[in-house]
Amino acid sequence: MAVWEALLELADDHLVLGHRLSEWCGHAPMLEEDLALPNMALDLIGSARTLYDLAGTLEGKGRDEDALAYFRGERDYRNCLLVERPNEDFAHTVLRQLYFAAFMKPYWDRAMTSTNAVVQGVAGKAGKEMAYHIRHAGEWVIRLGDGTEESARRMADAVEALSIYVDELFDSSDAAQDAEKAGVLPVRAELREAFDAVIADVFSQALLTQPDVAYGQRGGRTGQHGEGLGHLLAEMQSLHRAHPGATW
Amino acid sequence: MVQTTPLWEVFIRPRNGLAHKHAGSIHAADEVLALQAARDVYTRRGEGTSIWVVRSADIVASDPDQAAENFEPTADKIYRHPTFYDIPDDVGHM
Amino acid sequence: MGIIGWLVDGAAIMNQIPLCRCSYGPYARAMIRVCKEESFHQRQGYELCMSLAFGTPEQKAMVQDALNRWWWPSIMMFGPHDADSQNSDQSMAWKIKRFSNDELRQKFIDATVPQAEYLGLTLPDPDLKWNEAKGGYDHGPIDWSEFWRVVKGQGPMARDRIKARKKAWDEGAWVREAALAHAEKRQARKMAAE
Repeated sequence: MAVWEALLELADDHLVLGHRLSEWCGHAPMLEEDLALPNMALDLIGSARTLYDLAGTLEGKGRDEDALAYFRGERDYRNCLLVERPNEDFAHTVLRQLYFAAFMKPYWDRAMTSTNAVVQGVAGKAGKEMAYHIRHAGEWVIRLGDGTEESARRMADAVEALSIYVDELFDSSDAAQDAEKAGVLPVRAELREAFDAVIADVFSQALLTQPDVAYGQRGGRTGQHGEGLGHLLAEMQSLHRAHPGATW
Repeated sequence: MVQTTPLWEVFIRPRNGLAHKHAGSIHAADEVLALQAARDVYTRRGEGTSIWVVRSADIVASDPDQAAENFEPTADKIYRHPTFYDIPDDVGHM
Repeated sequence: MGIIGWLVDGAAIMNQIPLCRCSYGPYARAMIRVCKEESFHQRQGYELCMSLAFGTPEQKAMVQDALNRWWWPSIMMFGPHDADSQNSDQSMAWKIKRFSNDELRQKFIDATVPQAEYLGLTLPDPDLKWNEAKGGYDHGPIDWSEFWRVVKGQGPMARDRIKARKKAWDEGAWVREAALAHAEKRQARKMAAE
């Protein structure tokens, strides 16, 4: 059963995005965001840990969260492309967060009735976290979209750059389809309506238009990632790989 | 255009408490960002169930130079305290 | 990171706990909050040190090296010796500072030596010795020239850190400006609606 692989995809999504957010610590536009962005990162990494643990258990080969997070190379990572996009600037970062959270909130809401108790547990907690992420990121998208000329330009840039990664969120890989059939995880395609409603609401207040995406970018679920993921993993994994077997 | 981001005072009501207590301050451009900043900076350890934010500029404080006339006269008005009044034990607990 | 949490925050706590009861209200209130955060740092730091000290030989070497680097700076955090301290007199007269530099430094060393022994680590001071008569540890001479260089901002890390903070601030200006611009628009719309 490939259900554990579907959980791995989800865990990778959360760890990679959590890591990206953590890169802002100490470099945010104000002290309050130096706290808010890492807080959101901790939410995501917390979910990742539980999901890795569950995936490793279901795989049944004795791989724990550290083995899965630190000892797989980028061709074995299964996160979607959106989450590995570089932080770029604050506009890109908050839009990326809004897109991810607007997808994950209805996802976790549906996962509250998962046939797997651990997934249910994560869903109960993470659903609330995603509600806050939508609000926090959404309010920033609005302020940057409807702020100054410069912020509007940067926000429009971000929309153009990141919107091409949205469609991949709603694809279900073979593993995901197995998990969906088993009632472990929600059907991704069914979340489009809820996602679109949130985005439309924020975008209208942010004076942003949704572009027509002719060709959505895909490949994350089959280990075909952009250049950025390699650098991210090299940094994230370096200490663990330098001291295999050590506990921290 | 306003040049500087305003300062806000943050008050949190703890989980089992009745009153909002001053927790500190944050900077935010508007009240929505202020509430979010207060949540992210001051409620990381389950400190509260309710947040108030107030622009620091809106706080009116008593003048420390008037402390004596404001607060000392109450010191000898002990009849304002319930314990001042003697109730005989025969009456029962009051 | 573990050593800094354990020693630097530990030293800061020892310095600052007395300030929680100082005579200047705003400072005292801020110090209470700071002390709470730092006691968390100290415990987290020490637990990290435990993982390393009781881990692989490489990990133990890592934490011993960090201790070698940070021990002297930590005890320098209490400031110059009482005889050489310029600012202490006024603070002590105003009851802001309640214990002298050397008193706090002694308390810190006496508390920390057993903590280091528990970890099986060596403090980089060959003159560190228990003094039965005074009921505390004697320690070697402190190299104050390094202290004054750091305090006067001549450490390369100080330069790097300040540069990073300035960069973050400058690069974030457009975000803060956008938030303020939006706030003005909100205010204008609100007034127009009333």
